[in-house]
Amino acid sequence: MDSVHALTVNGADREIHCPEGTPLLWALRDALGLTGTRFGCGVGSCGACTVWVDGIPTHSCDTPMWSVAGKDVTTVEGLADAGPHPVQSALIDHQAGQCGYCLSGIVMRAAALVDSARADGRSLTEDEVRAGLDGHLCRCGAHGRIIRAIVAASEN
Amino acid sequence: MAPPGNPSLLTNPRLARWLTFEDDGGVVVRTGKSELGQGIDTALIQVVSDALAVSPDRVRLAAPDTSAGPDEGFTAGSLSVQQSAGALLAAASHARSLFAAAAEDRIGPVSDVVDGTFVGAASSLTYWDLRPDVDLDVDVPLEAHAHVRDSLVGTNVPRVDLADKILGRPRFLQDMRVAGMAFGRVIRPPYRGARLEDVDAAAVAREAGVLAVVEDGSVLGVVAESEILAREAADRLRASARWSGEPPTLDDSQVVAFLTGVDAETTVLADGPAVAAPALAARYTRPFLAHASIGPACAMAVDRPDGLVVWSHTQGVFPLRRDIARALGRDEADVEVRHVEGAGCYGHNPADDAAYDAALLAVRVPGRPVHVTWTREDEMGWAPFGPAMVIDIAAATDTTGRITAWSWDGYGNGHSSRPSTLPTPSLLAYGAQSGGTAIPPSQDPPQTAGAGTGRNAIPGYDVGPVRARAHRALEMPMRASALRSLGAHMNVFAIESHLDDLARMHAADPLEYRLRHLDDPRGRAVLERAAQSADWGRALPDSRGRGVGYARYKGTGAWCAVIAEVEAVDAIRVMGLWIAVDCGRVISPDGVANQIEGGAIQSLSWTLKERVRFADGAVTSNTWEEYPILTFAEVPPVHVSVIDRPDRPWLGAGEASMGPTAAAVGNALVDAIGVRVRDLPITPEAIVAAME
Repeated sequence: MDSVHALTVNGADREIHCPEGTPLLWALRDALGLTGTRFGCGVGSCGACTVWVDGIPTHSCDTPMWSVAGKDVTTVEGLADAGPHPVQSALIDHQAGQCGYCLSGIVMRAAALVDSARADGRSLTEDEVRAGLDGHLCRCGAHGRIIRAIVAASEN
Repeated sequence: MAPPGNPSLLTNPRLARWLTFEDDGGVVVRTGKSELGQGIDTALIQVVSDALAVSPDRVRLAAPDTSAGPDEGFTAGSLSVQQSAGALLAAASHARSLFAAAAEDRIGPVSDVVDGTFVGAASSLTYWDLRPDVDLDVDVPLEAHAHVRDSLVGTNVPRVDLADKILGRPRFLQDMRVAGMAFGRVIRPPYRGARLEDVDAAAVAREAGVLAVVEDGSVLGVVAESEILAREAADRLRASARWSGEPPTLDDSQVVAFLTGVDAETTVLADGPAVAAPALAARYTRPFLAHASIGPACAMAVDRPDGLVVWSHTQGVFPLRRDIARALGRDEADVEVRHVEGAGCYGHNPADDAAYDAALLAVRVPGRPVHVTWTREDEMGWAPFGPAMVIDIAAATDTTGRITAWSWDGYGNGHSSRPSTLPTPSLLAYGAQSGGTAIPPSQDPPQTAGAGTGRNAIPGYDVGPVRARAHRALEMPMRASALRSLGAHMNVFAIESHLDDLARMHAADPLEYRLRHLDDPRGRAVLERAAQSADWGRALPDSRGRGVGYARYKGTGAWCAVIAEVEAVDAIRVMGLWIAVDCGRVISPDGVANQIEGGAIQSLSWTLKERVRFADGAVTSNTWEEYPILTFAEVPPVHVSVIDRPDRPWLGAGEASMGPTAAAVGNALVDAIGVRVRDLPITPEAIVAAME
């Protein structure tokens, strides 16, 4: 049975009609056409579907719609107002990726890490980035350049 | 630098098949090789841009498409640079010479070509001005072409696809949305060999938003108006389905006995004598390995009155078209396959199976494009797997330690069951359909194409007479097919482990021992470069060790040496990799480094962690929890040195580091704690087992 879910997505108020248990991921992709958030596993173990819910990185694939009513969701499409987020610019500068399928989820996680470190007036170490990306999988082996790019983004 | 006999050019000689000059001042370049995340599109643009002397932003690369592009077989074997870049260099330089001649007819001698403009003494003309004068419907000559001035080749050009992926823009087939599209799912049986007895299809078919329920033999599928509805309908069909038939009894712990005991076809790769009195004889094994892409397989298809169109992240649009046509009983001319990028591809993954799922479902809802996304569990449970392998090696030495005879026996399934290469269609659902046939046993590519089980089976060293026999098992415990580097990962691991043990037996330094047996100057150069970069010989703390691995991929491809440093306390931890590679003339140094590093990290993951597990006909390692791969915390620093050889032919780099990395880690473990693990993966349990 469909229900109406009111929430904010990338700064805009939205009403989404779908069953209560529908994962946020599929509501974003299906109902709103925001395909930048990607399906990887459906159980929150690969990180490809990471978005922000009230600013906190969250696996959208196992977050039911009822739990995000009234909340503020940010996807990779809405991460930056004008121009790319510093993490995205750094990933492009470092050509940090191969297939790129994992990257939008990594961008959301890393942007939160970098924003938080910069708010504290400090930069991230490689080990902090490794630990921060613990829940994200990359199969192509682009890890090294992804880590270096995120550290660089935190230093700028 | 297209050598005579470039297979892509032989199959597709017409110039207009490769490139055309468009009304908007651009050049459309067509390739048959798929962008898989390896960066081939950008490399091809660099080559064409230089060959035509046009700026790269004028060059648009069209994805492989059976209706318009060249048939280049599969995107496989680290051959895309050799084949597609070679063919495009020949095609583009021939086009340039035709246009240059046309320009000279009109404006006299041409002194230069600047971003597509032929500069004469008094006036200039562009490729686009000259289009009426030049017929591109001509054959590209097969002879070698004049050297083109390098401008972009040899430099780092940012990937044309990567920014979109980082910015979250639609780029993948998974993201494709078109008017009127529907979403489909095929429900896989609970175990191999299960027959569909009964399902409450009518109840699901009546649900709102469900467009069709498909029952065809043991194929069960559904098409619905949205992804969410398709998922839910599939869950209900799965819940009500009853299956029959006895599951297979073999489990993953019995694979070695199975592969060495079952009927096999033996191919002699080298016919030396048996090794009479080996100094060392040992067996090496690896389990089945999963592709385990981060994005599950995906496809879209629409059945229109004028034919079936399929969008797929396949490695070969033409071979896939042949098998879809065979399976559906249609003419190939009535099927079109277009490539769209998917998540990373490391061999024959379920892209083709998903394409057939979409085709089968689309036929039931004519006119509606049907988009299919596999589940994570199906991706890990029903894909073709990289074959398990059993390798027996024996070697003899003289009193100085010099190797005097060598033998290799490889047991396992063939390394390819790709579409159109088998007697019947190699598409998962076809095997379960009414009137379909089970997928035949996988085959090995011929030795001239680099072999499969026997890939890199013959050492690149001087080891005296070599005996090498590949025993291809004629039954598959699990569906087997191509995984990055085919047999080379395991063969190089086995050969280099064996060599290392022989070096130790003769108290020789493993690096010096290799150089003693290696004449090939480019092989020696990568070993020496890697050793220098790793500071080979530097003392290491207790419980740390260093190891080396080396091979020339396929014996005809890139040379690669890897040095690994490991720490073994509670678990084995790789502290760093130092790699040197020579893949001839380099198109993109950063592209080569990225491929070599990515290959090394993926090989570390296979070698240290991965094993497909199955029992009672079902794969139990079908989640990331049950099939863990290397994590961000476990990935070591990797140092890649690329040796550029601007005067040598370019070679692919995607698979060269797989074998040497596996070997280097195994050898480093021996250096650290004196334990030789011969059965992959090298887990803490395997180390304990090897000590007993």
